[in-house]
Amino acid sequence: MERKILLKHLDVPGIRTFGVFRSTGGYRSVEHALKNMTPDEVVEEVKESGLRGRGGAGFPAGMKWSFIDRKSNKPRYLICNADESEPGTFKDRYLMEKIPHLLIEGMICSCYALGANTGYIYVRGEYKYIIGILNEAIREAYDHGFLGKNILGSNYNLDIHVHSGAGAYICGEETALIESLEGKRGNPRIKPPFPAVVGLYGCPTVVNNVETLANIGFIVNHGGSEFARYGMGKSTGTKLISACGNINNPGVYEIELGLSVREFLYDPKYCGGIKNGKELKAVIAGGSSVPILPANLILQTAAGAERLMTYESLAEGGFVSGTMLGSGGFIVYDEDACIVRNTWNLARFYHHESCGQCSPCREGTGWMENVLHRIENGHGRQKDIDLLVSIASKIEGNTICPLGDAAAWPVASAIRHFRHEFEEHVLHPERCGRNEIGKLENVES
Amino acid sequence: MLKVTIDNHTIEVEEGTTILQAARLIGGAVVPPAMCYYSKLKESGGKCRTCLVKVAQGSARDPRPMPKLVASCRTLVADGMVVQNITSPEVLDTRKAIVEFLLINHPLDCPVCDQAGECQLQDLSYDNGREGTRFEEAKRTFKVVDIGDKIQLHMNRCILCYRCVYTANQLTDKRSHGILYRGDVAEISTYIQNDITNDFSGNMIDVCPVGALTDKSFRFKNRVWFLKPMNASRSCSKCSGKVTAWLRGEEIYRVTGRKDQFDEVEEFICNECRFDKKELTDWTIESPRNIQRASVISQNHYLKAKNPSVILPLENRTVSMEDFDKEINNELYS
Repeated sequence: MERKILLKHLDVPGIRTFGVFRSTGGYRSVEHALKNMTPDEVVEEVKESGLRGRGGAGFPAGMKWSFIDRKSNKPRYLICNADESEPGTFKDRYLMEKIPHLLIEGMICSCYALGANTGYIYVRGEYKYIIGILNEAIREAYDHGFLGKNILGSNYNLDIHVHSGAGAYICGEETALIESLEGKRGNPRIKPPFPAVVGLYGCPTVVNNVETLANIGFIVNHGGSEFARYGMGKSTGTKLISACGNINNPGVYEIELGLSVREFLYDPKYCGGIKNGKELKAVIAGGSSVPILPANLILQTAAGAERLMTYESLAEGGFVSGTMLGSGGFIVYDEDACIVRNTWNLARFYHHESCGQCSPCREGTGWMENVLHRIENGHGRQKDIDLLVSIASKIEGNTICPLGDAAAWPVASAIRHFRHEFEEHVLHPERCGRNEIGKLENVES
Repeated sequence: MLKVTIDNHTIEVEEGTTILQAARLIGGAVVPPAMCYYSKLKESGGKCRTCLVKVAQGSARDPRPMPKLVASCRTLVADGMVVQNITSPEVLDTRKAIVEFLLINHPLDCPVCDQAGECQLQDLSYDNGREGTRFEEAKRTFKVVDIGDKIQLHMNRCILCYRCVYTANQLTDKRSHGILYRGDVAEISTYIQNDITNDFSGNMIDVCPVGALTDKSFRFKNRVWFLKPMNASRSCSKCSGKVTAWLRGEEIYRVTGRKDQFDEVEEFICNECRFDKKELTDWTIESPRNIQRASVISQNHYLKAKNPSVILPLENRTVSMEDFDKEINNELYS
């Protein structure tokens, strides 16, 4: 029996509305936290739960909270990062669209734990319709006394505002998001200082992903130790995985961490195998930024162990033979997919989204795209492949924010695992009859 | 006081000092190059990544090395920190790559660029660049625009260091100068083609490390190495009136701020001193400026060189760098 935390009541009709959500036990955690717990106790429960950031980096949420500067007299802020722009990732959209109150509930508990009286939800500009859904949910929460002044008769006040981005991937980086929220150009800040000390308007700030915050309600209700019983080892809880590409059942799935990749990929409950009976070629396991892995390495680690959907198992082997769980954007390529073309497509994305602040990323991403474009269009040379590896290695680790790394990893890993395909493209570009996944002509109506 | 070791030189510095500032206190070859950091401008730095250094030991308390190279201009010194700059092959290798990144879209039009000879990018690529280019695609290009009647903007040459943006924000009252667009098509611009008219706008020319912002009253008039930089002063109601006047014969070709050994102006000067006072009678000429050996301005003023029969390694040279500089300056101004 599979266990769920977030999407348990997904199929209840009208779960998007306050009344139905409340009848399934919603907002109980807010009552529990405000009446029976101190803010520090909430933080302790989250620490004990082992909940890790669901936005991609997988940093323990409780630890992030404990960094917040409690000595300063400045107001504190909680920001919900709903700027979900990673290609292949669409789990937060699903969650906000289907059960928006889960996020609001989690945010109220989190703000209470952090001592924040203002929370912001920074929503990706392209998710215009989500903003309406969230605002409606927030209005309902105000109406029922879960937001506003003296929540549930306590002396705790909280306001939550929804803010729209303007269509920049970089604003998903937490300091760029803060700059954007302040009304400035969305350039990442140079760290340190970290937002926990100097964040929004110079005040201590915590930025958490939608899915991370949506888990807080469960942790408050059932305790951190109960949450930690889900999942495996240090990968506790469940994870929303947005699966797409050449699979039979694309969509968002809540899985318990520790499920094997093979089961996720082939079980009819989840992806349901490769479309049209084709062979699996490669998988990008955690959103476009993480290294791509070929079929043999995604199903098994280099040491021969079964690969599991956990932070640790996917990372086993480092970047030589491993990858990352990332944000859970699971992109599957079948045997007809052209790795060169897809790598070029990703390079084009990062080139377009680089903020242009620091030189390796600004110049390097464009250069990589140019070279990949050349190879894809039959003008490549063998030395271009090494040139790409060289550029990627010089961007990685030398930039202000992780966008540089995110741009370099897909290119470096594609060449690491599919070098022969790049070489073939250089020698016989006309022979490549493969295609790009996600292109409209590949989608059956 | 905090103790920090940079390339085996140990120095004590005050709390709040960055690695770059500490390196500048030591001086010489251990100073990392800085294209975007400017000590007189708040918030500058961290962008160009040429000053990346390796922190081999974080502090005495926590001796672990930092996982990545760090921007020395924005990283504060901790007590017992050990930093490697030119002693780390990794740092030099990365710096070489950064220079390559900075140059791929740079037009390399030094022969027709007014900045040639005093360009920080030129110096940087001379020290850290590679000989050939691996970039074969078309470079990005922009049109040349005038921002006001005093300054011309060659966006092609810009390395997006943001120095001029900080200058405009911090020295002038109305904010009308900034960055448009994103990524490698980002460009320096003014708000809806506004002119820059502020009294101190000319300082944007001085802080520009490359030839992107040039003095329209000096364009194509002369090459900097034909000019002699002299300390000059006048009484000015807006600024200190302490400038560098660039002379050829009896004629002042241009006026700039006085730049120190790290290419930073000692004081910002006003537009009247910079653009309008070009007569010798406007100024009291005080003394010649010191010229560094590396500067192209010292060209044709070499020491009476002897052909060495044996090439000595650098450290065995009999003439010290300082003596070398002195002799050049003596010769230049004799």
